[in-house]
Amino acid sequence: MTERITKSMAKNIYYGGGTFALMIFIALTFDTVHQIPKRSNEQNMTASVVAGKKLWEKNDCVGCHTIVGEGAYYAPELMNVYQRRGSGDEQTFKAYMQGWMAAQPLDMPNRRKMPQFNLSEDEVNNLADFLIWTSKVNANEWPPTIEG
Amino acid sequence: MKYSSQMVAKPYFIFALLLLAGEILFGILMGVQYIWGDFLFPLIPFNVLRMVHTNLLIVLLLFGFMGATYYLVPEETESELWSPKLAIITFWIFAAAGVATILGYLFVPYAELTELTFNNLLPTMGREFLEQPLPTKVGIVIVVLSYLLNVTMTVLKGRKTVITTVLLTGLLGLAVFFLFAFYVPDNLIADKFFWWFTVHLWVEATWELILGAILAFVLIKTTGVDREHIDKWLYLIIAMTMVSGILGTGHHFFYMGAPEYWLWIGSISSAVEPVPFLLMILFAFSMARDRKIQHDNEMALTWAKGTAVMAFIGAGVWGFFHTLAPVNMYTHGTQLTAAHGHLSFYGAYIMIVFTVISYAMPILRGRPHGNSKKAQKVELTSFWMMNIGMMGLTLALSAAGLVQIFDQRVGTDLIGFMESQESIEGIYMVRLGFGLLVFTGLLTYFSSFFVKEEA
Repeated sequence: MTERITKSMAKNIYYGGGTFALMIFIALTFDTVHQIPKRSNEQNMTASVVAGKKLWEKNDCVGCHTIVGEGAYYAPELMNVYQRRGSGDEQTFKAYMQGWMAAQPLDMPNRRKMPQFNLSEDEVNNLADFLIWTSKVNANEWPPTIEG
Repeated sequence: MKYSSQMVAKPYFIFALLLLAGEILFGILMGVQYIWGDFLFPLIPFNVLRMVHTNLLIVLLLFGFMGATYYLVPEETESELWSPKLAIITFWIFAAAGVATILGYLFVPYAELTELTFNNLLPTMGREFLEQPLPTKVGIVIVVLSYLLNVTMTVLKGRKTVITTVLLTGLLGLAVFFLFAFYVPDNLIADKFFWWFTVHLWVEATWELILGAILAFVLIKTTGVDREHIDKWLYLIIAMTMVSGILGTGHHFFYMGAPEYWLWIGSISSAVEPVPFLLMILFAFSMARDRKIQHDNEMALTWAKGTAVMAFIGAGVWGFFHTLAPVNMYTHGTQLTAAHGHLSFYGAYIMIVFTVISYAMPILRGRPHGNSKKAQKVELTSFWMMNIGMMGLTLALSAAGLVQIFDQRVGTDLIGFMESQESIEGIYMVRLGFGLLVFTGLLTYFSSFFVKEEA
């Protein structure tokens, strides 16, 4: 099949096709950036949510957990931990988070361990707010189940 | 060796291989911690092992690409490197920065590291693969720019070939897309969206150009096939890469908060992503079949063919398994992603580095006809050990992913993540075993360097 294709034809497909794909990609990028605030309910992104995201990064939580399906696969997905562990109730979830974070690392031989991060009560609440906000992002029906 | 400045490639190659040993070693430590959670804890928590593992991979590949470039650009342009001195200085800066960063990960708690390295000025840390402290990220930019400058100046003063053009385009893309590592919006979804601009557009677009260029170079040298013919293939491969790979970024935007149209665009474009890899197999094998010369370094051609095959399986086949949106709904964020990640990085990028090292290193060591038959035999053994090891490791991770999906996501009797992970323990043992095989393969490969030459 390659006999009928000449070098200059191949070159044109590369430059033409590549440029075309890049153009579409850039156009869709603008549209996506425009849509993200609505899909992620940016109006609910409080100072505490942003502080929670910073803590999430500072402690490299993504190095063990996944969030919206991205990260490491050593520890559970946290996009829907609010529903899973807090039954979708903010007070329940925050109480759970305070207890959980304080109890780490769990004294269970050979279970995978989560380090003790020594976060303050406010910091744990920030993290909880960040996870609650994330749980409400429109991710096209993902995760498929509450255990996801 | 036709040009003395090609010699600067040597330290790059050696350092890349040493980092590879470190990368695999940390992979094995993670494999152990996966099964025995107390192993190395709290001395080195999993996230630290993982950032060392993945960051070593990225840095070793950059060293490999740089070495390959410094070796092939003088020959392609038929002129000495613009500044061999700059290449050596860059080497030491990059090596020192790389080692310092890894030591930082290992000996300073990550949260403290963010404070020590001015992360509050411009927060960029704590994101997958881009964990590097700000000074390291800035260092990477400086190193890449000086490297680009060196290569560009050399290309400008010498002969222009398709290979150097494609290589330079790839390197330019690598530099440009890395800049997104410095853009971290407060909105997690926007953050993740642009994070992929670095991660995906590196490995599934610009790096493929670099891969194509290196592969084409080695094939010209080892088969003696007419350059016109090889150029056409190279253009075809990278054309398919660009057409599928750029919009293929969409397969990461299915379930992370981006709009619905990505479900279609991502699925369709990335369904085409195996095509350039299939072309690469046809390319490598037909060039090998039509070869005009019988190069004594048979291993170089073996690695080249192996790269094409393993890249197709790892990036093409394993990528396709979970790239369609309805399938990805269930596979997203499971060990299947890890399976694909392992085999694609190995097949496409680690193996192209082996290919160019296998071709260039004997020449740099004063053996223009390749290593002795005996050394090549050892190298061939290591080739199979590493390939079988990676394939076995990938199959094990895939099985783990499938169990995970059926445990947590399909049907009614669902169990939680930790419970599911316990049920996978046996499979993780198998994975660890194959990981050890890969490491033994690498040590065997190293030993091929020390096989005594026949007088």
